[in-house]
Amino acid sequence: MTKYIIRRVLQAIPLLFIISIISFLLMSLAPGDPTAMYENPEAGNEQDLSAIREQLGVDDPIYVQYYKWLKLLVLEGNMGYSFQDGQPVLEKILQRVPATLLLMATAIVISIIIAIPIGVFSAVKKYSIFDYFFTFTSFLGIAVPSFFIALIAILVFSLKLSWFPVSGLRENYDAFDLWDRIHHLALPSLTLAFGLIASKSRYMRSSMLEVIKQDYVRTARAKGLSEGKVIFKHALRNALIPIITILALQLPALFGGSLFIEQLFAWPGMGRLTVNAIFIRDYQVIMGTTMIAGVMVVFSNLIADICYAIVDPRIQVGKN
Amino acid sequence: MGIPNPSVNSPVQLKTPKTSEKDLKIESKASVIWRRYKKNKLAVIGLLVFSTMCFLAIFAPLLTPYKPDVYDILDQFLPPGNDPFSGKFHLMGTDAMGGDVWTRIVFGARISLSVALLACICTVSVGIIYGAVSGYFGGWIDNIMMRIVDAIQSIPTFFLLLIVAAIITPSLWSTVLVLSVFGWTGMARIVRGEILSLKKRDYVEAARATGEKKASTIFYHVLPNAIAPITVIATLDIAANILAEASLSFLGLGIQPPTPSWGNMLTSAQELTTVMDYVWVIIFPGSFIILTVLAVNFIGDGLRDALDPRMKE
Repeated sequence: MTKYIIRRVLQAIPLLFIISIISFLLMSLAPGDPTAMYENPEAGNEQDLSAIREQLGVDDPIYVQYYKWLKLLVLEGNMGYSFQDGQPVLEKILQRVPATLLLMATAIVISIIIAIPIGVFSAVKKYSIFDYFFTFTSFLGIAVPSFFIALIAILVFSLKLSWFPVSGLRENYDAFDLWDRIHHLALPSLTLAFGLIASKSRYMRSSMLEVIKQDYVRTARAKGLSEGKVIFKHALRNALIPIITILALQLPALFGGSLFIEQLFAWPGMGRLTVNAIFIRDYQVIMGTTMIAGVMVVFSNLIADICYAIVDPRIQVGKN
Repeated sequence: MGIPNPSVNSPVQLKTPKTSEKDLKIESKASVIWRRYKKNKLAVIGLLVFSTMCFLAIFAPLLTPYKPDVYDILDQFLPPGNDPFSGKFHLMGTDAMGGDVWTRIVFGARISLSVALLACICTVSVGIIYGAVSGYFGGWIDNIMMRIVDAIQSIPTFFLLLIVAAIITPSLWSTVLVLSVFGWTGMARIVRGEILSLKKRDYVEAARATGEKKASTIFYHVLPNAIAPITVIATLDIAANILAEASLSFLGLGIQPPTPSWGNMLTSAQELTTVMDYVWVIIFPGSFIILTVLAVNFIGDGLRDALDPRMKE
């Protein structure tokens, strides 16, 4: 087991390295000189700028620039400074991470609670009217752009029916108010979960169908166990294992969806930070959020793989 | 299995005269595929819907009396139907600028569909070449190439799309570029997987034994047999591209007004309190996006069953 974990960790390192190269290359493609952000139209003069250029290594060949940038990043956690307000990028992002994690975790939990029963039910009642209904709905779930579902949700539930607040994280800033928090969290997390439910229920359905065919399920039936016991005690547990992988695989899509959901609901998370940074072309912040999102995905995949290996020991053997 | 191994049979079938084919009641490959495709009712409906959308896009100027880029601001937010003051008829109402929504939808179909198709052509070509090279050469080349794909796929797609969109000035071609730059990784992965499993087959060995070059072995012997998954993934890519274009244009980073696209027609919806009373402005373009993506996904699903029954479930 330890061997397997060490190997997976070692495999993640080149991945992080390539992500940093991609981010850096994109950043260097951005128009304008990085010194532009230090320019003060009133006080700035040529000499100061050239000193800054030297310090930033703008005139160095690109691989030297990358080396300097990576050294700062790894040794000091320095991702540069925001063009907008001069705040360190890493600090700026870390302030926003909790709100995003709260939103995404809630969406994941909601999607699991809804998708798993749908998947199990569709598999057990294969080709029934319910199965066709859910198949169609999941196609619909994949076809609706996340921003559109958010727009409709705000229009209907916030503006017309006034069931939920239109935007923000909370209204009560004086004390921690759980109800206020849930009230604000409900609509964005439900809309974010919407797209996840579609694909997750499909995976759950095919995973369940796969398991139902197995010998141990037939044995359980042959023993004379009730159908409910066979499905929930024997089949479901095994069918749930692949869902671990799906959770990690859906993460990039979840980050993508959160960009729009956070923007539309004015949710103060990483997604909104990124979209606003794009509007004002704050490249340092854009690179920062992109890298952090990439790193988070790599680590969740790593954790998912390790969890999978713990739950299903065949994996370690198979890969050796 | 109804379909014989195409690699073995297709050259033979090509040489067989058509009449004798009929006499022997051997179905052509196309008709076998079509027969299987027809069984999937949703796929047939999807094909109908998508053809209709293409029809709307091609014949856009004939389908509406209005021009997509000529507005009358006095006509803003007219509800669907006949306008009692001017007597003009607006099938789907007018938008915030006074543009006719139906006109902008049919002209927008031109832009949205061609962006999706062009980007699909780019991602398919890059993906096939990348995947074929990686899969065929194997070893450390494959290892490095696939780690790059892993890394790109680890970064949430939309972050990458938005960065590229922010770097270049938005236009039709830039939107195609944005969708293509990182869109090829899924195709590359599928093609590589197919190549890895196909290159061990006997007929590839045979081609190699006759002294054929590696590159020509890939293109003439290996790739044609991977056509089924390539077609399916390409179809699904079109759906993903339509969604991505809509999302980019919605944020103002894709197609720029006054050129209409289904995505930028929804941009005005960001001011929700205004839109609340004029829902037709967003409902119609939104429905067209959803319908088209749904249709293309159904087509992809149908093709998967029709081209390669083994891929089902």
